Amino acid sequence: MKHIKTLNKANLKKTATTGGCGECQASCQSACKTSCTVANQKCEK
Amino acid sequence: MIHKYKLNGYNIVLDVHSGAIHIVDDTFYEILDVITDEKGNLKYTDLNECENEVLKHFEGKVSKEDILEVFGEVKELIENDVLYSKDDYEQYANMMVASPIKAMCLHVAHDCNLRCKYCFASTGDFGKGRKLLDAETGKKAIDFLLKYSKGRRNLELDFFGGEPLMNFDVVKEVVEYARSKEKEYNKVFRFTMTTNGVLLDDEKIEYLNKEMSNIVLSLDGRKEINDQIRPAVNGKGSYDIIVPKYQKLVKQRGVNEGDYDQYYVRGTFTKHNLDFSKDVMHLNELGFDQISVEPVVSPEYEDYAITEKELPRIFEEYEKLAVDMINLKKQGKGFNFFHFMIDLEQGPCAIKRLRGCGCGNEYVAVTPDGDVYPCHQFVGMEDWKMGSVNDLSVDFEKKDYFAKSNVYGKEDCKNCWAKFYCSGGCNANSLQYAGDVLKSHKISCELEKKRLECAIMIKAAMAEEE
Ligand code: SF4
Ligand code: SF4
Ligand code: SF4
Repeated sequence: MKHIKTLNKANLKKTATTGGCGECQASCQSACKTSCTVANQKCEK
Repeated sequence: MIHKYKLNGYNIVLDVHSGAIHIVDDTFYEILDVITDEKGNLKYTDLNECENEVLKHFEGKVSKEDILEVFGEVKELIENDVLYSKDDYEQYANMMVASPIKAMCLHVAHDCNLRCKYCFASTGDFGKGRKLLDAETGKKAIDFLLKYSKGRRNLELDFFGGEPLMNFDVVKEVVEYARSKEKEYNKVFRFTMTTNGVLLDDEKIEYLNKEMSNIVLSLDGRKEINDQIRPAVNGKGSYDIIVPKYQKLVKQRGVNEGDYDQYYVRGTFTKHNLDFSKDVMHLNELGFDQISVEPVVSPEYEDYAITEKELPRIFEEYEKLAVDMINLKKQGKGFNFFHFMIDLEQGPCAIKRLRGCGCGNEYVAVTPDGDVYPCHQFVGMEDWKMGSVNDLSVDFEKKDYFAKSNVYGKEDCKNCWAKFYCSGGCNANSLQYAGDVLKSHKISCELEKKRLECAIMIKAAMAEEE
């Protein structure tokens, strides 16, 4: 392709079928503590 | 649904439901302008109709041949399901509900030795009188977590306050107690602490670096900024007391490996320092490379409050910070700014992303009295009390209410392009400032979306380097 470049493998849909185990960190978004935006968390699987 | 924007010379297209991120040229971008409706979806289900519209739009401006070439690429992405891909996540909504309680915010001290002006805990006591947690109640909190975490193995416990170091002996007792139960219950505890640093000394630093998997160190940035809003009880600033202690802690922590080397120096910016990128850079100059500086959330009447009026200025500042960070990165001097960190390949699964913060469902807060609340921001709101560690009770009706507060339970979030990265925002803020857990707090949304745009742009810029 000449007009676009894709930055990542788009596998979000696949993760829905295999994920959801709940073992990863909770993700509080508040401004007063650890404040984890989910997008920068790690999967524990 | 797609979200597209131009930033720092890049044309960026996020395909929301597949998670694909495309950098496109101007013609491609303009084609998307023509065929996308205001919700980010394709205007016509029939691609031929799209094509006609596109040809009409470019007639006399670009040759038909050239346009068809670009449009061919648009079609290819659509066919590969990485552009305008469908939202088929609602089928997983049942996986986003009730879950075991596996994370806890333990308020070991409802007291504080600073008097930060924006403190949501009313200078540490949450409006309920100064009080320290006793060891017995702390241990019951652990029992509570052991009981309600059911099959979950990884448990999280954040020592919080007020200022947790004001009750350091109890912290140690609780840690020891929890560790003594790990084998028997087949659990792994991860302890973290959020502290203002005033009471740190060599002994505590050594202990925290050994036992805490993450430490959040509060500091707002430049001395004059920090000291103006984070004074001690006697009115003097806290900067000179804490900075050397943080530097020592971080330096010693650096030799840890794996799970135990995490830390954040975190600050809050307010209306008084809208040039907060300077505070971020200042923290970096002090030697910290894990930095988080976040907008204050407060009622609008506070003199430091961030309101809609401040948004354009803040957006500009985020963009400036992003560009500064790219430049440093290119020189090999990069650092992490918490809100620009984004993993485009190996982030959490979609279920996790849509489940939300988990407050009142997989995460709870416990007060020095042993009362259980949905999270630290709800502490002190009597109506939201949802149990007690003293008799190991949980109000399951409340827990279910929070379980439903996932992205697909919130009308605004369901259709928001940022949902997989934001996860539906902060329920407590939504309740306090939008009047309902299931609504969204507009200012927070706007800031979150701007940060995401910057974070993705940084990725684009760094990808170009490779
Ligand atoms: S409601 Fe807000 S403060 Fe509470 S856990 Fe969720 S994101 Fe954090
Ligand atoms: S550990 Fe991984 S798979 Fe499990 S819920 Fe978290 S992100 Fe999803
Ligand atoms: S809280 Fe706001 S930004 Fe986040 S997903 Fe909901 S609507 Fe979008």
